[in-house]
Amino acid sequence: MPSVPYPLAFAAVAILALAVSPHAQDTSERPAWQEHGIKPQSPDSPFGEVVSGLYFRSKETQAMQADDFNNPGFLAVEQGEDLWSKVDGAAGKSCASCHNEAATAMKGVAAAYPKWNGKLGKPVNLEQRINICRSGALKAEPWAFGSPELTAMTTYIRNQSRGMPVAVKVDGPMTPWFDRGKALYYQRNGQLDLACASCHEKNHGKYLRADFLSQGQSNGFPVYRLRDQRLVPLHERMEGCMQDVRATPYKPLSDEFLALETYVAWRGLGLPVETPAVRN
Amino acid sequence: MISPLNRRQALALGTGAVLATTLSLRAAPALAAKNSTDEAIKAFTGGKEPVKGKVKLELPEIAENGNTVPMTVGVDAPMTKESFVEEVMIVADGNPNPGVIRFHFTPSSVPEANTRIRLAETQNVIAVARMNDGSVFSDVKQVKVTIGGCGG
Amino acid sequence: MADVKPRIKLDKKDVAQGGVIEVKTLVSHTMESGQRKDKDGKTIPRKILNTFICDLNGKTIFSADLESAVSANPYFQFKLKPEESGTLTFTWIDDDGSKIQATEQIKVS
Repeated sequence: MPSVPYPLAFAAVAILALAVSPHAQDTSERPAWQEHGIKPQSPDSPFGEVVSGLYFRSKETQAMQADDFNNPGFLAVEQGEDLWSKVDGAAGKSCASCHNEAATAMKGVAAAYPKWNGKLGKPVNLEQRINICRSGALKAEPWAFGSPELTAMTTYIRNQSRGMPVAVKVDGPMTPWFDRGKALYYQRNGQLDLACASCHEKNHGKYLRADFLSQGQSNGFPVYRLRDQRLVPLHERMEGCMQDVRATPYKPLSDEFLALETYVAWRGLGLPVETPAVRN
Repeated sequence: MISPLNRRQALALGTGAVLATTLSLRAAPALAAKNSTDEAIKAFTGGKEPVKGKVKLELPEIAENGNTVPMTVGVDAPMTKESFVEEVMIVADGNPNPGVIRFHFTPSSVPEANTRIRLAETQNVIAVARMNDGSVFSDVKQVKVTIGGCGG
Repeated sequence: MADVKPRIKLDKKDVAQGGVIEVKTLVSHTMESGQRKDKDGKTIPRKILNTFICDLNGKTIFSADLESAVSANPYFQFKLKPEESGTLTFTWIDDDGSKIQATEQIKVS
């Protein structure tokens, strides 16, 4: 019998591996996420390079986000734009009554959220800020979390900061919220016993079955998810992650998620706001 | 004299077996349809066997998510009043129903279109184009669809 | 289907005879497939946009028949070779019979 040369035997092992798990092993299809990021802005950052989730996605998904017309997230931007000047509530006002043009008044605003609110003595995120305006100045019913209106308005306002760096403040009164968010980020949860950090810090750039793990950055939220075929706000995504690890999720807009949102924004300090991003 | 296979030879045999599997997976049309795809194609072509070529289907090899898969179909054909692509049918052989979309063209359009489709699992997507003279052409692409990391 | 405003983009609105216009359309719709079940295990009935038509001066020059395997918020990109100036009408027809419509003017010289 002819002897089998080594390279062939080696190829057999490689092909076997491919056949078992085409995704996990196929390096040619793996998105090249390195060197698409920025230098960490804080010496305490856990990352060597801070990279947007965009670069962990396939070329098709990146192409969908690159073209504003192709990007279905713009349906929400347009809905938000309509709502901006729509009179609602007992005061007979719209957002535009106080803020005029969103393009100027809201430029850069969302990049700094969540933000300390002195009156409430706690930070608020953008959804909560919108609802403070609704129940206050507009004398209108606050929008429910996850409602198309609240998500569209959040998307529209965050879109006014597109391209601007995430600039959340975590010092002063925000410090305990940052600390709490950090503790939650490293806390293991659920039957799978995974923390946020287990996937997004220790294993980004690797496959978890078919999923190519990102750094779990929030700069693109609300994001248009290919899976849900609609805009998904950040707290819903966090809820999803917790369900996936078989944990009981915190409630959207809860103090826990607010602390986590603050901390996660800090992990992505300096990343450009991408809202509405397209994700898997 | 037959000697027992040594480790290297066993691995080499393994190579053949695995290669065969891989190749048959790549020869996508060989997989049996899970729905009435074949019937849908026959109804569309009037029983004619489509000729491979002229139609080009562009789909990702691996879908980032099966719920939104970008797809482009194009037909290499002149569009004149005498000769034009009449209709292109897209079917998916692993979805609950074969039908995905049909595009109707005229001499006033270019036989090319892009949309986003849902694929329930790894399967073949087939494009069949029918010219105004009744001739039919096809292309097929296999798209791998997987569920996310935690099953979410 | 309150305030459904389709997004339509033509790469140009003025072409020479024989020239090509690229059209992109995006419309908000859940494209309920009829395959999903609600919390009580009952099948959610199918409700999709089943037809898309692009007319030039009332004559159809491109159209599509959609099935439930088209993703939510249907997006189309296609190319036209219009022979005359006039009105492009884009129509989406829902399973419930309602229509979403929009128009664009083009010039062919």
